[in-house]
Amino acid sequence: MADPKITLEQVLHVAKLARLTLSDEEARQMQEQLDAILGYMEGLDDLDVSEVTPTFHSIPMDAPLRPDVPERCSDRSETLAQAPASEAGGYAVPLVLEVNS
Amino acid sequence: MSGFPWQSAFEIRERVAAGSVSAVDVTRAYLARAEALNPTLACFLTIDHEGALAAAAQVDRKRAAGEALGPLAGVPVAVKDNLCTRGVRTTCASKILGEYIPPYDAHVVEALRASGAVLLGKTNLDEFAMGSSNENSAFAHVHNPWALDRAPGGSSGGSAAATAAGLAPLALGSDTGGSVRQPAAFCGITAIKPTYGRVSRYGLVAFASSLDQVGPMARSVREASQLLEVVAGHDRRDATSAERDTGNYLAACDRGVKGLRVGVVRDLIEGLQDADVRASVESALAALEQQGAILVDVALPHAQHAVSVYYLIATAEASSNLARFDGIRYGLRVQGKDLTETYTNTRAEGFGPEVRRRIMLGTYALSAGYYDAFYLKAQRVRTLIRRDYDAAFERCDVVCTPTTPTPAFALGEKTSDPLEMYLADIFTLPPSLAGLPAISTPSGLSAGGLPVGLQLVAPPFEEEILCSASQAVEDGSGLLSTHPTALP
Repeated sequence: MADPKITLEQVLHVAKLARLTLSDEEARQMQEQLDAILGYMEGLDDLDVSEVTPTFHSIPMDAPLRPDVPERCSDRSETLAQAPASEAGGYAVPLVLEVNS
Repeated sequence: MSGFPWQSAFEIRERVAAGSVSAVDVTRAYLARAEALNPTLACFLTIDHEGALAAAAQVDRKRAAGEALGPLAGVPVAVKDNLCTRGVRTTCASKILGEYIPPYDAHVVEALRASGAVLLGKTNLDEFAMGSSNENSAFAHVHNPWALDRAPGGSSGGSAAATAAGLAPLALGSDTGGSVRQPAAFCGITAIKPTYGRVSRYGLVAFASSLDQVGPMARSVREASQLLEVVAGHDRRDATSAERDTGNYLAACDRGVKGLRVGVVRDLIEGLQDADVRASVESALAALEQQGAILVDVALPHAQHAVSVYYLIATAEASSNLARFDGIRYGLRVQGKDLTETYTNTRAEGFGPEVRRRIMLGTYALSAGYYDAFYLKAQRVRTLIRRDYDAAFERCDVVCTPTTPTPAFALGEKTSDPLEMYLADIFTLPPSLAGLPAISTPSGLSAGGLPVGLQLVAPPFEEEILCSASQAVEDGSGLLSTHPTALP
């Protein structure tokens, strides 16, 4: 069997980068599926594109500027109403620093 | 109400404006049909009974007061559930946004409201618009109204099935790699993917930002063209929105195709395995020629690489865009022992399998050591695909291919093999990668009675050509009055 395009260890590493958790079974299946997809994508290696400019924007455009004028943004309470937890006019999150008592 | 539910948006607006029917009565009739058929079709994730009737009453009040009515006054419209609607749940068919209520309207939703349209509700989709069959919705599978065991296509499957089934004359979808065109082909309706930048993406939940566009869907080319006229135009809240005048899309439908050079991608059409699709394309080409168009052969030699290029670029952009769903600012939160565990728990619980797969693929393609080999290479090959079209448009005004390699496949047929599902997008991906406007319109029925779609692609901002040419295809097919048979 040819070397896999992506190993189980790589799958677990990428999952960590993407802030996803995978069960053992999910990781095994993900490895198989990504391996098949990446194997198909090897077809791109038939093309020599080293001299071709990449297309990051399909339609050429300039970054537009607008006048720097203050305007109203959405209402804070309405925005916070969609948060899973809020407190004192802000988003409530789990502690990220230790508290010294 | 005569003609219900198949009357056009134009007929509805005319009758409402003339006062021969009230917008409230029209809305009640469509709401009743949507509520009756939704258990079978699963087109809608939310039916906004109250909001729709309030909007209709507003139209009736304006008419009674003698005020000017908008171009879609009293016309019911279904809106894909990845377009933000103020005060109405917007889920993206994902558990992670299951209860999200946006505090603002998308630009296109504002435009609809301003035109007098009545928003009936929010339509089902593949989670975050990632899929080609609607089977990636976290909530329900949409069924194709032409054959209930068939996929409606995706990701705008709910919008396509609702329009085809007469639950609404018009719908909005979004298209990243074919998500309005492919379901339109599967459900026998017309859909337009505008030029990148033609329609504002403000309030469209982002999947792949360099590809996403909002697209109109309708049973006829004229209605889709009218809807495009309503939603197109510059919006400073989307930095990629083009400062271009909106075209006269509806008027373009009556321009004819005399002298129009239609580029035929011969090798793609001859390579089709499905005889029905091949025959349908040939009959559409014959209809175009008969109405005065000139057929010329063109080639898209790099189109065969579109699946690889698209599934690297779109997933890379998605992995970045979907990083915002972390359980902090909106949507689901599954608390962990610390912040990192809260992120991972929330995302593991909130995202379905296909969304996770795409985030994984995109994260991999962007990760250290692989960026050049995958992401950058894909962007280089994208240039070759774009150049293929540049060369084709030296010889023709519009490029013609089928929309899909086959008519609607069966529900469950491709769910176990993601790559198989991706390969079904082969014809819709190249114009998306090149940012070009494209339309799918029905060109025939298969032997089994399923619709087949024809795709036409034009140079940037030349949507008018698509409207003229597709109108000729529609006139030639004679399918406009043919409706799905699998429904009461």
